[in-house]
This record gives sequence, C-alpha cells and structure tokens, in this order.
Amino acid sequence: MATAFSAAKFGTQFFPVGTRSHENPLFGHLKTPACSFLGSTRRLRFSSASKLNQINSHRRSVVVAVSDVVKEKKSKSTSNLFLLLFIPAHSIQLITKEEGLELYEDMILGRAFEDMCAQMYYRGKMFGFVHLYNGQEAVSTGFIKLLKKEDSVVSTYRDHVHALSKGVPARAVMSELFGKTTGCCRGQGGSMHMFSKEHNLLGGFAFIGEGIPVATGAAFTSKYRREVLKEADCDHVTLAFFGDGTCNNGQFFECLNMAALWKLPIVFVVENNLWAIGMSHLRATSDPQIYKKGPAFGMPGIHVNGMDVLKVRAVAQTAIARARSGEGPTLVECETYRFRGHSLADPDELRDPAEKAHYAARDPITALKKYLIENNLATEVELKAIDKKIEEVVEDAVEFADESPHPTRSQLLENVFADPKGFGIGPDGRYRCEDPKFTEGTAQV
Amino acid sequence: MLGAARQKMLGQSLQRIRPMEKVFRSYSSAAKQMTVREALNSALDEEMSADPKVFLMGEEVGEYQGAYKISKGLLDKYGPERVLDTPITEAGFTGIGVGAAYYGLRPVIEFMTFNFAMQAIDHIINSAAKSNYMSAGQMTVPIVFRGPNGAAAGVGAQHSQCYAAWYGSCPGLKVLSPYSSEDARGLLKAAIRDPDPVVFLENELIYGESFPVSSEALDSSFCLPIGKAKIEREGKDVTITAFSKMVGFSLKAAEILEKEGISAEVINLRSIRPLDRSTINASVRKTNRLVTVEEGFPQHGVGAEICATVVEDSFGYLDAPVERIAGADVPMPYAANLERMAVPQVEDIVRAAKRACYRYVSTAAAA
Repeated sequence: MATAFSAAKFGTQFFPVGTRSHENPLFGHLKTPACSFLGSTRRLRFSSASKLNQINSHRRSVVVAVSDVVKEKKSKSTSNLFLLLFIPAHSIQLITKEEGLELYEDMILGRAFEDMCAQMYYRGKMFGFVHLYNGQEAVSTGFIKLLKKEDSVVSTYRDHVHALSKGVPARAVMSELFGKTTGCCRGQGGSMHMFSKEHNLLGGFAFIGEGIPVATGAAFTSKYRREVLKEADCDHVTLAFFGDGTCNNGQFFECLNMAALWKLPIVFVVENNLWAIGMSHLRATSDPQIYKKGPAFGMPGIHVNGMDVLKVRAVAQTAIARARSGEGPTLVECETYRFRGHSLADPDELRDPAEKAHYAARDPITALKKYLIENNLATEVELKAIDKKIEEVVEDAVEFADESPHPTRSQLLENVFADPKGFGIGPDGRYRCEDPKFTEGTAQV
Repeated sequence: MLGAARQKMLGQSLQRIRPMEKVFRSYSSAAKQMTVREALNSALDEEMSADPKVFLMGEEVGEYQGAYKISKGLLDKYGPERVLDTPITEAGFTGIGVGAAYYGLRPVIEFMTFNFAMQAIDHIINSAAKSNYMSAGQMTVPIVFRGPNGAAAGVGAQHSQCYAAWYGSCPGLKVLSPYSSEDARGLLKAAIRDPDPVVFLENELIYGESFPVSSEALDSSFCLPIGKAKIEREGKDVTITAFSKMVGFSLKAAEILEKEGISAEVINLRSIRPLDRSTINASVRKTNRLVTVEEGFPQHGVGAEICATVVEDSFGYLDAPVERIAGADVPMPYAANLERMAVPQVEDIVRAAKRACYRYVSTAAAA
C-alpha cells in the first residue's frame, strides 16, 4: 500500500510546475519533518501478509494509475490502496487528438524500426550485439515525449528506441547500426553506444548500471548550473532508463542514495521486463518489488503498468514535474515485457510461451489504437496513414544507410582526445610555458 | 618523510638548497620553498577561482580538509556546493563526475588512494576515456581523477599498488605523475584546463617534501605541457628514467654514481601517457645506456614500455641491455624490512646503473 502512489490524476493541468510536495496530496506524507531525515520509513514501510500472496509466478500487480485504456484489465487494488482521487476515466479526456497521434506515431516508429533492424541483421548488414525493444515502446514514448530538448536521457544497450523518441533521426540511427560514417556517432559507437549532443542523449552504455551514475551526474550539473553558476532558468531533468537486473547492482543503490541526498532532478525509470537474458527477475532478486527500494532511500517509489502508454505518461508527468520543481528524484518501476529475445543472438528458449502470449495480448500499440478509435480521437484511416508514413521513413533510413560510405581509414585514429596535445601546448605548437607573455598574465589562453 | 632532503637542482639554479630543517619561508634570497601539498592546494585554489565550473568531489575533501589535507581551506572558500563530501561510493561519485563532465562542468574527483579507484575503474575507462571516441567527438570529458598512488609506509598490500601502467595503457586517458612542487602545480593546472580525462597520480610520501619553486611557477597562469618529460640532471654515461618518488631516489643515486665516475642523466617522465618517447630516445642516443626505474610491479610496467620504445627506435645506439628496476613481483608485504625489499631503493638503482656500465660484477648470492 503505502509505497505505491495512486497517480489517479491525468492531464497536464493538474500538476503545475512548482507544486510543493505538502500541498500535493499524493506526496503529502513525504513532507520533510524537522529532522534531516527525509520522510519516515515507518510510515512508508508496509509489511502485510497480504502482500506475500501476490508474489506468484507471473506478476503481482499493485496497480497504481487507474484508467481503463485496456478495458479487460481489472485492477487488483486492495482495500489499503492509497486511492486519493478516483476520477471515472470516461468523463475525462486523457489526451488530445494531437497528443494521441504523436504517441501512436512514436510507438509505431519504434516498432517498425526494431523489426527492420532484425531483418537487416539476418541479412548481414548489421552485426555484433543488437538488443531490440519490441514490446516496451510504451515506456520510451510515455516518458520521453514529455521532455524538452534540453532534458537528457541516459539509457543502456537497448537504446535505439530511446534515441528515436528523443529526436535522433531514424537515418542517423540506422547508419550508425550499419557502421557507416553518416551515423550519429560516425560509426564509432555502434548499437550499444548511441550518443547525440544535439538531442541530449547521453548514451548508450554496455555495462548495466553504468549509465545510472552518469545520469545522476547530468542531473547534478543541472542543479549546479542553477545554484552555483546562477543560470536561473536551468531546470533540466534527466531520465535514467535501466532494467530489472540492474536493480541488484551496487551503483544503482549508490545513486539512489546520492540523488535523494542532494535532491537531484532525475527520474529513475526501471523497465522491468522480468528477464535479464535468461535469468528471471524472481530468481535473482530477494525482494522483487523494485519500487519499494525508492522509499528506503527517501524518494517515492511508483509502480505502473508499462504496457499502457497513457498510464506511463500520467506517472511520468508527476515524476518529471517533481524533478523540475526541485523536489528531488523519483523511482518509477514500469512493468513491461520484451517480445523478442535479449538480443538477436538469444534463442529465447527459457521463457514460457504462455507468459509470452499473456503479454503479447497486451501489446501497447494495439491498446493505444483501440483507445484512440473507441474514444473517437482518430479513425482507422488516419492511423493507417501514419503506419504507411513510418514504413516509408524506415525504408528511407535503410536506403540512406546502405548508400552511405564506410568510414575512411584515417578515421580510425580520430577523436581519441578532444585536444591531443594537451593544454600545455598552444595552438601554434609551442609550449605555452615558454611564451614570456604567459606568466605576465597577458597571454590569451 | 625524508629528514635530510638535500637535492641538487643542477642546470637551473646555482643556489645551494639548505636542508629542510633550516628553511624559513621568509628567507628572501633563496628561491621560495613549497611543499607538494601546498603546491597542489594552491593549484586547486587558483583553478577553482578562475573557473566556476571547476568543482572538487571526493571522500573527506570538505570538512575534514582532505584525507591528506590537500584540499585544506577550500571548503571555507568555495562552499559545500563546489567542494563536495561524498558518501563512500567510488563507482557512484566517479560516474556522477563523468556525467557532469559530459555537460561541460570540470570536475576534479579525488580518490583517497588510487587503490580505491579500482571500484570506479569502470567509469574511468569505459565512460570517461572511451566516450570521446565512441561518440565521435560529441562527448568530451574534461575531468581530472587525482589521488595518491603507489606505496606508502606500512599500509599493506591493498593500499600500496602503483597504477601507472594500468592507466597508461588505455587510449583516451592522459596520465600524469608529478615529482616536485613545480611539477605538481604545473601539471595539475594543465590537467584541470585540459579538455580530456586526466589521471593524476600523486604520491603520499612526497606530499610533505619541500622543493624550491621559481617565481614563474607561482604565477596563476603557470602550467606545464602534458606529454613532455624533464631532464632533471644532465649526464653522459647512462640514462635513468623515473617518475614520482623514484625521481628523488634516482637523483640520489646519480650523486653516488658521480663519485664513482659515472655521469648519470636523470629524466623525470612527468607524463606516463602520452610518454615522451622523443626525449627518452634522444637521451639514450647520447648516453647509449638505459635504466628504467618504477615502483610498480615489473610485468607489463612502465619500464617495459620504455624498453620497447627504445629498442624500436634506438636499437643501434644501445651499448648494453636495458636495465629495468621495479617493485618486487609480490603484493606489498607489511613487515618493515620486507617492505623495504619490495620497493626499489637507492642502492638498487646504483647497482643497475653500474651493471649497465659493465662496472659491476654480480656475486652469486643475490643482494
């Protein structure tokens, strides 16, 4: 109960930026008491026997956001659920038509792109490690589409769709995967290392957990720029995406601690797809409910259905607004599933077909499509037009990547250093310390 | 702490340096004396005041004034937002520094010793060193990782390893190792201003040692070039390369050799990566003999790399095989006498130089 927050609020108007936590009933009980310890864990921790029987071989679903995008899904809310404001879903418009179409287009782009990656891999155009995101699009779209261009995203090796959602052109991503010089990292990074300075995508890290401290550092910079460098309008938020396996890693806990300690503007997004290659989350984790780890460090922990883009978006809005207003980090656990194997080299034999079928029936794209049509936000024809458009975009990306040149030989040694000579050597090649003007303070450096 | 720190700085100053016990700061006619600790502190101070993006992060750097008092006074001067005491989370705060550096801040990450940096080495290598390359120049990482490296006195195996060879083999990093106060000041300032990740290997035992500093070195714009070695003492019979504390030992060895008629040239490497191959080769071509000295483990060490580079470039000039002096190939023992045997001493350097000059006949029993 108490560790799950009911994000039963929808729409952007409800949480204006700058809402103080004690005015907001959702986060009210996290009001900082006089002592320095942020929130009392006694109130947050809820030990009840009823929790234990929810841990079954599939999922315990403590559903938080209440909406009826997928009508069949019943929320197994216990009587202890912290339901503050239950608004009947039909009477409120969750999204506008434009937003709905934007979300749909982004998810279709992610899906079509990843399917094309699989095709290209089996044709030999792509090589090495390729990790596909099919099935998890709702998390990427739900979160990243709420960000500004200056906000940053840090991801793992499963980063193609994060790059696409953040705005990196499909052409640049596809070229990078083909290893061509027109890729977003000129072919030097590859599938697992997508970087884009322009779109503030900070990677692309192969080691799980490696991106979390880097994301925390980016959030730290945002706070530093606001407080020390006095850039008053710097309220950039960072999102760190990582998986369930990472939540057992030491760096994750180190960063939860420091982010909460220094109140950094970051949202930790767990894409819990239940599997770390072939290791089931339940076999690897002593307490599989990841969202509970947030309050242990003094931040809210939210669990949301990651196959439902509207619920994810609602939770994302509160978490991002919280970070932007300077109240600190949030841990969001998105229950999701990957339809393909861990990577294209993974035969995916360990997962139960019944489980796969269960989640395939909850395909986020199908669900959103159904919602848009039933709520008269879009017609079949419009959605089909979007499908076709994206198909063309992806094919164009492949063509572009195919025709792009391979990196030249001289590119091998480039970009090892930003300044190979180091600061002590000036642009004219001579040592700065030998310039007599240098120590008089009149030299231009 | 070396009680009788009598070093001769040949070629630069003709003034005789007094033994440390008798030096007063206000003594006007001698060159100003500064300990390595003060040099590092002043360098950090000046760089932090010149650029508000520079900040210091590490364990005990703030209220404790630094585990080795290097950051003394900085917290009072710059506040807790720029001098950050971290929890004991090397991997976490190193990664935070790298993330901040991606965005153009200039962090200085202090490790209490570089042994602890092994918990963070993933971030030093994988997210800092490789990022500029992986992102094709988009993510530059202007970060400095600094801290004591190598053996201290009686601290045992897990606190005494030298990491110069480990970091020196990694492309994308610049690795510096100062010896004197002037080195410390100049190289740290250059490192902080450098747009690439720099690993700055200090040595705990020379923090308290005093060296003369010229007035140029005291200027706030002073910095030394990265990638250039310094010839501490000129000679013509044998070249001795060293870095960090071993430079001091090599200079003492050179004095002993002088009395025996061997003129040794001592090179202070200053920069492990990029290694100043041209200075080393030029020196070997002059003297025809080489002794490399380092404190770390011998296999795959800095000396091995120097030997390879000399063999590649100046093989025809060598009159004797290259002598390699390194620490013993064992984890550092605790007992004082064993520790003394595990680290190179002045006598070892003297013996090696004599071997290189064919003036030494080794006895059957090892020394």
